[in-house]
Amino acid sequence: MSDGNSTVIENSFYKQSTNKHTGILSWLLTVDHKRIGIMYGVTILFFFLVGVIIGVLMRLELIAPGKTIVDAQTYNSLFTLHGVIMIFLFIIPGLPAIFGNFFLPIQIGARDVAFPRLNLLSYYIYVLGAILALLSVILPGGAIDTGWTFYIPYSVRSNTNVSLPLLAAFILGFSSILTGLNFITTVHRLRAPGMTFFKMPLFVWATYATAWIQIIATPVVGITIVLVVLERLFGVGIFDPALGGDPILFQHLFWIYSHPAVYIMILPAMGVVSEIIPTFARRTIFGYKAIAMSSLAIAFVGYLVWAHHMFTSGMSDTARWIFSLLTFIVALPSGVKIFNWVATMYKGSIDPKPPFQWVMSFIFLFSIGGLTGLVLGSLATDIHVHDTYFVVAHFHFVMFGGTGTIFFAAIHYWFPKMFGRMYNDKLATLGVIGFFIGFLMLYFPKFIMGYMGMPRRYYDYLPQFANLQLISTIGSWVLALTIFFIVGYLIHALVKGKRATSNPWGGVTLEWHIQSPPPMENFKEIPIITHEPYDFSQLKEMKDE
Amino acid sequence: MSSHNESAVAQNHVHRDEVGAKMGMWLFLFTELLLFGGLFLVYAVYRYQYPDQFHLAGMELNTGIGTLNTIILLTSSLTVALSIAAIQKRNKFLSVLMLTLTLTFALMFMVNKYFEWSAKFSHGIYPGSEELLSLPNGQILFFGLYYVMTGLHGLHVVIGIIILSIILVMIIKDKITYDNYTKLENSGLYWHLVDLIWIFLFPLFYLIQ
Repeated sequence: MSDGNSTVIENSFYKQSTNKHTGILSWLLTVDHKRIGIMYGVTILFFFLVGVIIGVLMRLELIAPGKTIVDAQTYNSLFTLHGVIMIFLFIIPGLPAIFGNFFLPIQIGARDVAFPRLNLLSYYIYVLGAILALLSVILPGGAIDTGWTFYIPYSVRSNTNVSLPLLAAFILGFSSILTGLNFITTVHRLRAPGMTFFKMPLFVWATYATAWIQIIATPVVGITIVLVVLERLFGVGIFDPALGGDPILFQHLFWIYSHPAVYIMILPAMGVVSEIIPTFARRTIFGYKAIAMSSLAIAFVGYLVWAHHMFTSGMSDTARWIFSLLTFIVALPSGVKIFNWVATMYKGSIDPKPPFQWVMSFIFLFSIGGLTGLVLGSLATDIHVHDTYFVVAHFHFVMFGGTGTIFFAAIHYWFPKMFGRMYNDKLATLGVIGFFIGFLMLYFPKFIMGYMGMPRRYYDYLPQFANLQLISTIGSWVLALTIFFIVGYLIHALVKGKRATSNPWGGVTLEWHIQSPPPMENFKEIPIITHEPYDFSQLKEMKDE
Repeated sequence: MSSHNESAVAQNHVHRDEVGAKMGMWLFLFTELLLFGGLFLVYAVYRYQYPDQFHLAGMELNTGIGTLNTIILLTSSLTVALSIAAIQKRNKFLSVLMLTLTLTFALMFMVNKYFEWSAKFSHGIYPGSEELLSLPNGQILFFGLYYVMTGLHGLHVVIGIIILSIILVMIIKDKITYDNYTKLENSGLYWHLVDLIWIFLFPLFYLIQ
């Protein structure tokens, strides 16, 4: 490990261009994984904020019964756009494209990903998809109003611009596939000497498992989306009951991808948690192999549960109980992870810095999300709460409370390494608290409303829901303000923050062995790995380096 | 681990990882299989649902032209493999010749496809046509799937033609040589996949009736 580092400060990757250009072109045409990661970061953060604003508008409309600020058709478009943007443009690419790109090669001791140019191409494919999605809003015909699931037959009959965002989703899927195959090849080919599979940090394991899902699941939704577009353009009939087609077949094909897709969203987040907890507990991870293997188990079993989205769509009872059973089984590896994380903290010397606080918030919110998932996975209770706010609340607890929270945890954990600056810890703690309170106010009432029978996606509601809807809307303000507050102090820290040392948190994975921000080539010499990934006895020798 | 260490060391000298490049290509081909896999699944569902009408509609297709195209595509797969073998033996001329033949076969396949489709069109059988809509549901689905699946396959042939043309130019310009031919090999793999998918499309539409 010692020969990979030098005390001489090298130019960081910000100062050294990877190509012959300087200025903006040195970014736009770069093949450096760190720069591409930052470019993804800026783009994805932009779409996240757009999604947040749309979400706030939706909540504002629901502050009181009846029409408040928009009409019903606009509301339909708003919830569709919120879903499409948040899912396809923020949460699916989010962690792998930003932090996977930036840290996966560093954590395995490589200088770049296996296919650097393909990496840049995936970024531009992502941008193309995003532009098409936005164009569909502006073009005549009106913004898509089908909901992000594009269910047939409405997605064929709707007169709004449905084909364009569908095409955008197809293109974004292509970007996701290319990123996935890039990461798999990187992990197989570019690990540093001594970095065996079971010495890889758990974030790498999680991203690796995610990459497999990206490759295996995305093509299926790709072809399904193409079929819907063809159905709209030519009336092929494959999903049209009037011509003998089967709309339920669409739902099967759609969820064959889109259920594994939720694991694309959550697995990298679980990987980040497995990085942060050992670092701040100063203790090696409990059950390393169990956590690594549970990622693969989730990736595998996650394939076989898709029809639990369709318990009320029309399936045989046998199919329903089998899918229900498999859904319970997929909760097991997630439970393995949670217990191992908590066990890691036991007798650790915990230093509750902001990234750790985000993780605590994650464990709380994600556990609620996960356990309510079991309510939805059981046949009898699912039929009661299907298509209600209960589902909306569950989904936001696992996705926003899970992956979204960890998105912020990852930013706070790796910010010093990525930008070489520190942010203010007290402001960051305020951010965690604001987020936590806003989040619970916004989404917890939805569990109650859903249980009482409030259907999702409705523009209007009965007076008995008025109080809870009001609390939820106020929560959305707290949450949105907190998010803008967090973005604000982070941008301030970018400019004015005090310089970060190479290892501000006392982590031991490879990224903490190199300076902050990392030099162009990451490692002057490729390190030779001798330690386990979370062996904190290295800390002493790292200080001597 | 030893093979891995060597490759990591080799990385530092030549900036090329042929095993990695091939691994990436195989993964990509895997996604292509899954893309078509979705369509094969749909085909299976509807074939099971409407066996008689799929049988009737299948009789409408021209088995002769389908067989001819199968032979053409199989031969083109052979020539692309020969092109790789030739470049390994440092025979640039033969490699260029074989690749040109492959491209010729690919174009012939598309020309046949054009005649086949336009014959169907002139009989009024295309998605949304009155003629087609007057048929029973199972036959509408058969022809819908026929156009979607052979159309998507045709698109892959066109992409293959573009890729192989670029590779041909690269061989002529000595960008691809006997010790650096991974790009040719990967394009060959892609071409075999296009061939392989046709091998499944052909019996499903033209033969099993």
